[in-house]
Amino acid sequence: MKTQKYNYGTAILSAFEYLLKNYKETFVIGQGLWSPWYVGNTMTNLEKKFGKDRIIDTPVSESATTGAAIGASLAGMKPIVVHPRMDFMLYSMDAIVNQAAKWSHMFAGQANPEVTIRSIINRGGEQGAQHSQALHAWFAHVPGLRVVMPSTVADARNLLIASVLCKDPVIYIDDRWLYEQEDNLPKIVEIDLKNQKPKITSKGKDATIVASGYSSYLARQANEQLRNINIYPEIIDVRVLNPLYIKDIVKSVKKTRKLIVVDPGWVSSGFSAELVAKVVENLDAKCLTSPPIRIALPNAPAPTATILEKKYYTSVDDIVKKVKKLFLNKHQSN
Amino acid sequence: MLNNLFNSKEFNNPISIEGQDTKILKEILNLMLLIRKTEQQLALAKKNGLINGPVHLGVGQEAIPVGISQNLKKTDRVFGNHRSHSHLLSLNPDFYKLFAEVLGKKTGFSKGMGGSMHLFDQSNGFYGSTPIVAGTVSLAVGAAMASKMQNLKDISVSYIGDGALEEGVVHECFNLAKIMKAPILFVIENNLFASHMHISLRQPSETVSRFAEANHIPYKLLDGNDVVAVVQNSNELIDNIRNGKGPALLELITYRWYGHVDWREDIDVGVKRSMEDIKNWKARDPIHRLSQSMINSKIWTKEEEQEICEKIDNQIQIAWEKAMNDPYPSKDSILEFVYSKD
Repeated sequence: MKTQKYNYGTAILSAFEYLLKNYKETFVIGQGLWSPWYVGNTMTNLEKKFGKDRIIDTPVSESATTGAAIGASLAGMKPIVVHPRMDFMLYSMDAIVNQAAKWSHMFAGQANPEVTIRSIINRGGEQGAQHSQALHAWFAHVPGLRVVMPSTVADARNLLIASVLCKDPVIYIDDRWLYEQEDNLPKIVEIDLKNQKPKITSKGKDATIVASGYSSYLARQANEQLRNINIYPEIIDVRVLNPLYIKDIVKSVKKTRKLIVVDPGWVSSGFSAELVAKVVENLDAKCLTSPPIRIALPNAPAPTATILEKKYYTSVDDIVKKVKKLFLNKHQSN
Repeated sequence: MLNNLFNSKEFNNPISIEGQDTKILKEILNLMLLIRKTEQQLALAKKNGLINGPVHLGVGQEAIPVGISQNLKKTDRVFGNHRSHSHLLSLNPDFYKLFAEVLGKKTGFSKGMGGSMHLFDQSNGFYGSTPIVAGTVSLAVGAAMASKMQNLKDISVSYIGDGALEEGVVHECFNLAKIMKAPILFVIENNLFASHMHISLRQPSETVSRFAEANHIPYKLLDGNDVVAVVQNSNELIDNIRNGKGPALLELITYRWYGHVDWREDIDVGVKRSMEDIKNWKARDPIHRLSQSMINSKIWTKEEEQEICEKIDNQIQIAWEKAMNDPYPSKDSILEFVYSKD
């Protein structure tokens, strides 16, 4: 099959181009779109190709802009809102949580806000506490929202297209620490977001490592190191956090009897808690040979200094060490 | 002179109907009476314990939506708020569907999933009302932007009260609508109260049109209880909006006879809300002022009004009984509508 080389960023760009070319009702709205250094290489030259009427750079008004996209979607458009920093998106919580998420339910499905809200987690680079938050768990808590976190180049492209073509409001969250990944992708085939489930990215037998977004990227790297020391984990990328399809994850844990959740957000009341709870609810407690482990951010805002960031953010090594510990007796020589 | 609008003792004379079409005046009067009586039925039913949820009644404010809706089309995009019975009924006077919705019945406007505060009738131009103060303003701006992208001449209407101007997002919306030249009419029903608090205790001025000025949005400040003035002035603004001139704002001074929610007058809990003011404002009744003008001009009689009132009362009773006996949504609907069907 003919493929083309992309990185995570250009994969997103190609999804935008596909949507804008094939669906005249799509438009993109947000800040920094006519000077897209805010968003890496994910939106380069879109305004030149598709015009400033469809790639709309806005006033500094996250709340009004997000609400406007929701309103436009109720009037037959397929808008994509871009929040280059998830932290600023908090200004638009009413539009997202009170309006978009509830519209279908309040009106018995007579109208659906077909809006996609893309936001970027911008960790690192000494940007500190207000430019780096991973708040996917907040959105995953809200019924009516679909929450998507692509961790691979293919998903970055395919899930963005699926999100925009989905009739529900979708929160699409990418992470700038994923942008360097590269892959060869086949031609675009549209997929239905409703059928998208967690994906086993690597089969294994010794432990189940479940992760989302950037954490999945780390988990895949940890997987390689663990295999070198004869630990064979099964790696599952959640991809769609809400509604969460848990069945395949439970099945995997029943097989491996160990659960490790790696999450890019804070540990307390975080998405890792939801994953552990849903798995534990669905199997016999005796099935687990060790208590579930959560690897997530400490309960503190992101620090600024690089030296502190290194300590704060989860590394591949953190995952390897914690998993290894579970096998201490078996693999003492390592 | 317009500053006197805030004096409850002024503006209680019959309105000017010179040069107006008699047939249209009668239709307008009929519609205002229908909305008034529908809401009075809701007040009574709430008082009698027949309605479980809150009802925010707009009795006394009927001239505003009735006047504006004279200039709207079914393809326009109207967004409401917590007090939106009249906004919807002025587009589609189906009080039976409203009763059913307020009672949470499957036959209601929102199929029983919304109740009084979440109303929907998109095929008649009513895109939706929700009760977060200012929550739908940005949605209305977006629906207007969509109309422009779709090369249509349809406009958005955003109904908000004076309290909504204290929400930050409204100012974002004024700015965004102006800079995007969005075809939207912002309608401010300034009834002087946000919940219990008088505007003088919340804002440095009793009129909110100053925010239109700040955003270079053309506006008019009017007596909201003069339906003919509302029809004429909104017509002019809406024409300009349809012709691509961008947003406009209409501030209408009015008063609600009931308190913030349900049937009480709220003298006890209102801050700067007196029985005397309510009495004065009842003398500014938009329905009475129109009816009196029509009687004075000999195009209407008290007998005719009596007759029409009896007819509406009867229809309301029949509709209410029917709605009371209608089924509730099925228990499956709790999960059924969280996400789209296909």
